Amino acid sequence: MFYREAGQYKKTYSADMAVFPILQDRIGIGLILATAAIIIPIFGSNFFISTVMIPFLVFSLGAMGLNIVTGYTGLISLGTGAFMGVGAFACYKLTTYFPDVNIIIWILASGVFSAAIGALFGLPSLRIKGFYLAVATLAAQFFLEWCFVRVPWLFNYNASGAIEVPQRTLFGVAITGANATPTVRYMVLLGIVVLMTWVASNVLHGRIGRTFMAVRDMDIAAELMGIRLLPAKLTAFAMSSFYCGVAGACMMFLWYGGGEASDAFNINQSFNILFMVIIGGLGSLIGCFFGAALLNIVPIILKFGLPAIGLPLAGATAEHINHLFVGSLIIFFLIVEPHGLARLWQITKQKLRTWPFPY
Amino acid sequence: MNAMNHSEFRQDIAPGATLLAVDNVTLRFGGVKAITDVSFDIRKGEVRAIIGPNGAGKTSMLNVINGFYHPQEGRITYRGQTRSKMRPHVAASQGIARTFQNVALFKGMTTLDNIMVGRTLKMRTPFFWHLFRHGPAMREEIEHRKFVEEIIDFLEIEHIRKVPVGKLPYGLQKRVELGRALAMQPELLLLDEPMAGMNLEEKEDMCRFILDTKEQYGTTIALIEHDMGVVMDLSDRVVVLEYGQKIADGTPDEVKKNQKVIDAYLGVAH
Repeated sequence: MFYREAGQYKKTYSADMAVFPILQDRIGIGLILATAAIIIPIFGSNFFISTVMIPFLVFSLGAMGLNIVTGYTGLISLGTGAFMGVGAFACYKLTTYFPDVNIIIWILASGVFSAAIGALFGLPSLRIKGFYLAVATLAAQFFLEWCFVRVPWLFNYNASGAIEVPQRTLFGVAITGANATPTVRYMVLLGIVVLMTWVASNVLHGRIGRTFMAVRDMDIAAELMGIRLLPAKLTAFAMSSFYCGVAGACMMFLWYGGGEASDAFNINQSFNILFMVIIGGLGSLIGCFFGAALLNIVPIILKFGLPAIGLPLAGATAEHINHLFVGSLIIFFLIVEPHGLARLWQITKQKLRTWPFPY
Repeated sequence: MNAMNHSEFRQDIAPGATLLAVDNVTLRFGGVKAITDVSFDIRKGEVRAIIGPNGAGKTSMLNVINGFYHPQEGRITYRGQTRSKMRPHVAASQGIARTFQNVALFKGMTTLDNIMVGRTLKMRTPFFWHLFRHGPAMREEIEHRKFVEEIIDFLEIEHIRKVPVGKLPYGLQKRVELGRALAMQPELLLLDEPMAGMNLEEKEDMCRFILDTKEQYGTTIALIEHDMGVVMDLSDRVVVLEYGQKIADGTPDEVKKNQKVIDAYLGVAH
């Protein structure tokens, strides 16, 4: 009813090419940002922030990374977990060698390392597609996972074999390590996610994004338009891995606060993020957030919400129900709406726009 | 239309001079000869039709011209440069554009984005500026958007600008594909059955667009088509292939009277 574009005339091409051409969308985004940046830090409990919001943001970033290569460029990757791991270890090594440089810079810079590794493992994508490429990226997953455990240099020869996150500060406030409060970590993470979402949206709405989608939809025709396939695919892999790497670094430094890589960056993580992308919507940025929210919040509701209203649910049962739920969701979406929650959202908006008429 | 007439490499070949020459090209797939010793030329500014029964090697010929297939023998001379092997994206950068027999659009993208992809080669802003979508990246985007809007006007597809092409009816998809090829400002446009599966009205529209393209933009056109009425009306010269061999070459009237062509199309009594 209120979602109408009537009367909003676009007089310039730049207004027409805006990411949110409709006023109501811009207001909506503003409200969401205000909620995330002001209301949640003030009113959200530590539990809510550290159990719901921080994982949600980290997974959104990871899903964005995978969506760039799988959703936008059409190349299936199962190495997401490993690329996230590369980011985490790169950040760890960088902050070990240069402890005085701000950790946020290193979190962002760690993406460069995973981008390089991602581009390297993206090389086979020129020749192989579909399942075969998935297997090739699976090789990356297993090889890198092996490195995380077997190369002690990566975890500074710790006896535990785990990343031990040191305390780092920003303007005198601890943002990583044991003394950093969830709210501070959340704010830093939110800043990173908003910045990187904005950049991804910019890139994907321009020439580079069109190149990716052209390669996805019809690579022969793309080549005829003068797009060179190898550079296009490698750019997609590099950009995707950059996002995954930053997500991995955020995961270790701003969420887990240290831990064993073999747990955090294993094949299950790759699948987890792949499911988020499929359920959220392939080839859609907002879908990354939808998918991350759904797959992240459902386990929490099962784990904490149901006992809270009096339904007793043991940890193991909750885990099993969660698996059942995710499995059935994936089947549901593959059959009913292959474009995921993002498409449902789009349909809803379209319906609202023409309500009460059907079209 | 001013932007369209000034392409970097368009000036030096005079209308009527040879733009592309195919010399003794033979293409084999294993033991199968798709094209045998075919030679013909395309002159600047003409509509050159390539016709023949199914399986005659017409599409293979187009694939050879724009670099998808590499012939085992023979030479291709484009704008005075002889080559035997070429990658499709190089052909694109030299001004050869093409549409496909079965529509090869980017199905998940809108009409506008599809045609914008045709401008990719003309866009040069470095990656860095695309991170912000401001400054040079945005200026370039707007400049090309203007050009694309001219093509959208030209093809009368304003109403489907923002519709994903996968949802469009076939006739419109073919039109969008022509638009995407035109966005490249090609010097040589290869059309592979642009009117296949269309009704009479759509065919007439498409004919009009092809003739307008030739007149407004001075584009040279190579055309594969099965509708003989269309071919005879549109084309300046016709080359006829059968079983991978050239059996006739000349103006539509000459070709129409050629006994070999009549035999190829109607069959011969044995």
